[in-house]
Amino acid sequence: MRYQLEGSQAIAKAVALCRPKVVCAYPITPQTHVVEGIGEVVRSGELSDCKFINVESEMAALSVAIGSQATGVRSYTATSSQGLLYMMEAVYNASGLELPIVMTLGNRAIGSPINIWNDHSDAMAGRDSGWIMLFAETNQEALDLHIQAFKIAEKIGLPVMVCVDGFILTHAYEPVDIPSQKEVDAFLPSYVPTVSLDIHKPLAIGTMVSPEYFMEVRYLAHQKQIDALQVICCIGEEFKKQFGRNSGGLLSEYKTEDAEVIVVTLGSIAGTIKDVIDDLNSRGKKFGVISIVSYRPFPADALKDSLKRAKMVIVVEKAFAVGIGGILSHEIELIMKDTEVEVFSIIAGLGGRSITKPMLQEYFLRKKYEKATFLGLKKKIIADKYEVRSCSNQEGSV
Amino acid sequence: MSSSTLSGESSKKNSTIQSRRSRNNSLTSGHRACQGCGEALGARCAIDAAYHAAAGKITVVNATGCLEVFSCSFPENAWNVPWLHSLFGNAAAVATGVAAALHSQGKEDVRVIAQGGDGATGDIGMGCLSGMFDRNDDVLYICYDNQAYMNTGVQRSGTTPPLARTATTVPHKNYAGSDPQTGKNVAQIAMAHEIPYVATASIGNIQDLEKKVSKAINIRGSKYVHVHVPCPLGWGYDTAETIKIARLAIQCGLFPLFEAEYGKLARSTAIEDPISIEDYLKPQKRFAHLFGKNASSESLDILRKIANSNIEKYRLGKTADD
Repeated sequence: MRYQLEGSQAIAKAVALCRPKVVCAYPITPQTHVVEGIGEVVRSGELSDCKFINVESEMAALSVAIGSQATGVRSYTATSSQGLLYMMEAVYNASGLELPIVMTLGNRAIGSPINIWNDHSDAMAGRDSGWIMLFAETNQEALDLHIQAFKIAEKIGLPVMVCVDGFILTHAYEPVDIPSQKEVDAFLPSYVPTVSLDIHKPLAIGTMVSPEYFMEVRYLAHQKQIDALQVICCIGEEFKKQFGRNSGGLLSEYKTEDAEVIVVTLGSIAGTIKDVIDDLNSRGKKFGVISIVSYRPFPADALKDSLKRAKMVIVVEKAFAVGIGGILSHEIELIMKDTEVEVFSIIAGLGGRSITKPMLQEYFLRKKYEKATFLGLKKKIIADKYEVRSCSNQEGSV
Repeated sequence: MSSSTLSGESSKKNSTIQSRRSRNNSLTSGHRACQGCGEALGARCAIDAAYHAAAGKITVVNATGCLEVFSCSFPENAWNVPWLHSLFGNAAAVATGVAAALHSQGKEDVRVIAQGGDGATGDIGMGCLSGMFDRNDDVLYICYDNQAYMNTGVQRSGTTPPLARTATTVPHKNYAGSDPQTGKNVAQIAMAHEIPYVATASIGNIQDLEKKVSKAINIRGSKYVHVHVPCPLGWGYDTAETIKIARLAIQCGLFPLFEAEYGKLARSTAIEDPISIEDYLKPQKRFAHLFGKNASSESLDILRKIANSNIEKYRLGKTADD
């Protein structure tokens, strides 16, 4: 059935339909509405056999989920920004222990300076943690990806982070189709753990691993992520077959068949980019868009197959590595290094700065692209700062 | 449950669970603890007692630290109970998750224990521990207190006594070990949460330790047992003296044995044969700088004051209820 819902509430509904047994919550803007929504469902008795726990920190939120998932029940939590950083030790621990926890990440900038608005700095800080990371473009996708996330996590035996743009999606009201409990039950069977704490089969989970074995453990973790690519594809197909929506898989492609320039991005900004290129293509340009759904594992082969048909790739990215530049663009450069395809990077929308259609259009129509561009940078502020700095240098106060 | 199925054992009134052949060996032999390790003995006695009292239905969550490091190294481990290690500072929260999962599965007969050293409990894990107490989660938390970070090389922790030498509180001309007026009382912090049960115990009194753990494991809600476990390596005494040192700590008043219910002191164990604090401190190298040619009576007074305050506060004198 279709409802007009806030993104957070749509995610809460999706998670509740997946029948988690333990949900833990620590409030952090903008994911708070998600756990509030689930808390409501649990207290009202709609999800009666779920334990909802108000914890005292983000570290505890994921740690509680680690404990409950290791005891053999489906577990969920949500976080954002500083919260993800605060729980980062547990983030690595959950994937190392191969626990299929699902967590929503309401994407947001990281301070200092403190800023509560959207970008992808938080997700990028967790990109090497061993979690599967899926990015949603719309609220419908966010809802659908959560349902798929539990299935992917449990099939592979790894935690899944569903990345949803803070405010832009979490706080936006959009019509969403919410499947029935029966439909979700048919798609997602009850969770049967492969390994769990059991008094009848006592075993030790989380033992010390010495140098003799550690390399192999890490190599196997890498292989497991690579194997997950196939699983994510299959579950996306399965979802499409049952629900009629193509909201999973590795990539979402738009007008890439004969595109000369392909714009690659993550998350909700793909919608704006599609609007811009529709306009450009109607004027004879040949642009296409790929939004990456599965950021981890990185769909290198699928992405390369699509990108090698183009002449140029423009990566629109909402995070960057200070001192080197774009993160996603560097990863794409790496996979395209043996091709003629040129890769350019637009770093945009940091800390919630709007990325508007005119800004993108102006960039796309440039005669020549810089290797990396900070889109919409206010040059006056930068110039003033440099002036102050050079003045103080001239004065030679030391 | 019958205390033992082996003939003759159950008739020994004061026999410990640990002395019976029916004990579970929850932390079995072959692990890599140092000779004379108080924590290994404390954990072995505590978990065996809990196992016995809960008819074998226990699950253990372990914080990072000596106990975790010496008891498991892939592909081996010394635990005969379901056991989970996650991180240094989150054992209480992980145990909350285990208890929540058991609750949602209708398996509340399986009892949950979280355990860790004093650093994992009172320092880095304090937030998670306080959260667990606050929610009154159905977990027994056992802290094995050896009063410093032994696993990393004897650095000061929040339970290091004033004036004790550690690797980060080395005595110098103007410094006598760990600073006076420092250190925290984790059992009192637990009591401030008004949880159903808080107790202190020591490997210097195994019967008492087993009794307290056995009682705690079957109480619903949050329970906390703080166990004093001397460390020969960190404290600097002969490895054969661990039990003796633990007993001296009780006898001098520096480690009081008591129980509290819902935040109020309920019972304490009177000191049988009182001794001076010097009798406890002298055999330990970590207090050596307080004696000999650099001896300072002021320093000793600081520790004497703590012992006397304990004796008064917890009613450890002859007139105390036993």
